[in-house]
Amino acid sequence: MGFFEKLKSKMTEQTDAVTEKFKEGLTKTRDSFAEQMNELFAQYRTVDEEFFEELEEILIGADAGVSTVMELIDELKEEAKRRNIKDSKNIAPLITEILAEKLDKSGQDTALNIQEKDMTVILFVGVNGVGKTTTIGKMAHSFKQEGKTVVMAAGDTFRAGAIEQLDVWGDRVGVDVVKQQAGSDPAAVMYDAIQSARSKGADVLLCDTAGRLQNKVNLMKELEKVKRVISREIPDAPHEVLLVLDATTGQNAMSQAKTFQEATEVTGIALTKLDGTAKGGIVLAVRNELDIPVKLVGLGEGIDDMQPFEAEQFVYGLFKELVEEQEKENLN
Amino acid sequence: MAFEGLAERLQATFDKMKGRGKVSEADVKEMMREVRLALLEADVNFKVVKKFVNRVKERAVGQEVMKSLTPGQQVIKVVNEELTELMGGEQSKIAAAQKAPTVVMLAGLQGAGKTTTVAKVANYLRKHHNRKPLLAAADVYRPAAIDQLETLGKQLNMPVFSLGDQTSPVDIAKGAVEQAKEEHCDYVLIDTAGRLHIDEELMGELQEVKEAVQPDEILLVVDAMTGQDAVNVAESFHEQLGVTGAILTKLDGDTRGGAALSVREVTGVPIKFAGVGEKIAELDVFHPERMASRILGMGDMLSLIEKAQTNVDDERAKQLEKKMRSADLTFDDFLEQLEQVRNMGPLDELLQMMPGANKKAMKNIQVDESQIGRVEAIVRSMTKHEKENPSIMNASRKRRIAKGSGTTIQDVNRLLKQFEDMKKMMKQMTGGQKGKKKGKGGMQLPFMQ
Ligand SMILES: Nc1nc2c(ncn2[C@@H]2O[C@H](COP(=O)(O)OP(=O)(O)OP(=O)(O)O)[C@@H](O)[C@H]2O)c(=O)[nH]1
Ligand SMILES: Nc1nc2c(ncn2[C@@H]2O[C@H](COP(=O)(O)OP(=O)(O)OP(=O)(O)O)[C@@H](O)[C@H]2O)c(=O)[nH]1
Ligand SMILES: [Mg+2]
Ligand SMILES: [Mg+2]
Repeated sequence: MGFFEKLKSKMTEQTDAVTEKFKEGLTKTRDSFAEQMNELFAQYRTVDEEFFEELEEILIGADAGVSTVMELIDELKEEAKRRNIKDSKNIAPLITEILAEKLDKSGQDTALNIQEKDMTVILFVGVNGVGKTTTIGKMAHSFKQEGKTVVMAAGDTFRAGAIEQLDVWGDRVGVDVVKQQAGSDPAAVMYDAIQSARSKGADVLLCDTAGRLQNKVNLMKELEKVKRVISREIPDAPHEVLLVLDATTGQNAMSQAKTFQEATEVTGIALTKLDGTAKGGIVLAVRNELDIPVKLVGLGEGIDDMQPFEAEQFVYGLFKELVEEQEKENLN
Repeated sequence: MAFEGLAERLQATFDKMKGRGKVSEADVKEMMREVRLALLEADVNFKVVKKFVNRVKERAVGQEVMKSLTPGQQVIKVVNEELTELMGGEQSKIAAAQKAPTVVMLAGLQGAGKTTTVAKVANYLRKHHNRKPLLAAADVYRPAAIDQLETLGKQLNMPVFSLGDQTSPVDIAKGAVEQAKEEHCDYVLIDTAGRLHIDEELMGELQEVKEAVQPDEILLVVDAMTGQDAVNVAESFHEQLGVTGAILTKLDGDTRGGAALSVREVTGVPIKFAGVGEKIAELDVFHPERMASRILGMGDMLSLIEKAQTNVDDERAKQLEKKMRSADLTFDDFLEQLEQVRNMGPLDELLQMMPGANKKAMKNIQVDESQIGRVEAIVRSMTKHEKENPSIMNASRKRRIAKGSGTTIQDVNRLLKQFEDMKKMMKQMTGGQKGKKKGKGGMQLPFMQ
């Protein structure tokens, strides 16, 4: 089965609301990206240097990052040569294939590490305003819908209104929030939350933390301490450390991923705000350079606006029109 | 991270050119490639980069660079000039209406920093202009947005106008202006909900607010870490609202902040302020020329010195500045600096204000605040002679110092190393690298000779 057929069958297997939602959220992303791709293919008949330069620009325009893009272009050039592709139309599937492969590098598991027998503890980390608290709210909702008992820990004791914000989500979703006063030690909140969640027999504990810029050494140390306290109480916890990245962020997201990974051994990424026009191309760079899998995507501010990340879906979303065009041509 | 400043990038190009004496058109092309990459890595939008590079190239090919004996300096000079021009002059004035209250509305994407910035601007207006602001809670969507603003209002001891989250933002804005009139507040700062520029309904709502209260100032709040999309966001907000200025937040991070350039290029409005921390006082006047060198990775020495100045008395600040420039720091200065730095915030944060200022050297001098006491003890155990001549330190001296300060020899060694690194870095930042001793006047770029 060719790549597109595989992609297609995968898509038709999943013609449920999930896929629709994902596609809907990605409409903007896809439109502009595919538009550019189409323009590109209309403009250039043959795959030449100029063509690759243009392609490079499109990918850089998607925040994929200069070095990743260069690498990708080199790969493409080589593959195109190897497969003797000269017509720019025929290179579209190759681009798609290589992108998807990069996102699903070494077939890493993009599913969450959920404990079957014990309580699952998930720690959320990231810079200011990326969507940590909101993602926790959405996740609490999704776990609850699976019938799980969820507790949220208000570990952001610093930002004005942070505890209240999580409280609102707690009410909205109908789950308990463990909190202390503003200004208290976040590690102490985590300790409390673990005891409390345990006594409630919770299945999942979602830990919010204050946003912090990765270059603040003291704040990163504080975060290490928070994680240490969790691990001390439950040896293999946190079971996931999710770094929340804002799709609107440019190259700094790489530095964020790097530093947070060093401090807290990030296990996955939640990529938020993909419902905007930002293309989230940084996912490619992060995957390529740091090998951290994207596990979730945020597609809005609502309680349901979150989906598990699917590399093929993601790429399909970006190139939907191209893929369809290709199919039509194949039929003729 | 492949995150070098333009100076380092170009240096490599020149090393290759060395000995050829003359700059060819191909060389210029290669230089422009480096300029392009440096700007792209700094998150300047690629279309903006293209235009920019073309402008620089024109000047480079015609005369200035190719005929110069120091093409490197020339390229940087041209780039810097073009960039500074694009960034515009310093314009961090907030409008003042003929008749109070002046209405200021803040808008932007989700999480950009609007609510925090409302509090910061309010604080600024009171502190520097003796104004009496009223904060208006017109974000009725985000969970606890009103609580957040009210908490900030309490911290500031300033009134916050709110009608809960069941009233329309238009009515809230109108109500706030009314109340400001009654209570003789001279500014109304309207916090609005974060929204996507493509969200027609919510953008329409902002237009209605604008219609209803006719703000004197509409400020677009932009996260400094924004990537390529900054162009779309700024363009779209500007088109739909006619913004009068921008505020760049989270500049205390280590992002290059190329978004600043994109925002300027597509809106033409001035960037008025920079958010440099989470705390209410952490708002800076925006300095275009510093932003230009930050984007190019040239460090931000001037900001650092200014930060020192606001916290340290003038005389001492001048001395500090001089010492930093000349890099003949002694341990006494180091100690004094530590004390001053304590009043300013963590030293590593200060150092981080110098993006691109040799990250490697910087890593070793990150000072953990809890360690400052120990560092102090070590320095205090040194003799006057040792403090002034760190190079005479030998094993027996170190042993004595360790004992005297209740630390270990490793601690002493680490401090000496940090001190040397710091001196080295300052030398590099202040242009001492290439043998030039004291950079008089303007800042010397590491690259210039
Ligand atoms: N459009 C959109 N907005 C989002 C998404 N996720 C979060 N947001 C919004 O982004 C803003 C910031 O979200 P928060 O959850 O408060 O972010 P945070 O990381 O917890 O912020 P701090 O705790 O202040 O660091 C809010 O207005 C959210 O509604 C998303 O996927 N799409
Ligand atoms: N480090 C740093 N953090 C900042 C700065 N400005 C704002 N923040 C943080 O960024 C996060 C988001 O700030 P908010 O003021 O809630 O942003 P907002 O635009 O009002 O968010 P929404 O109302 O959800 O759209 C918070 O954690 C703030 O503390 C800044 O200049 N530096
Ligand atoms: Mg939060
Ligand atoms: Mg807000």
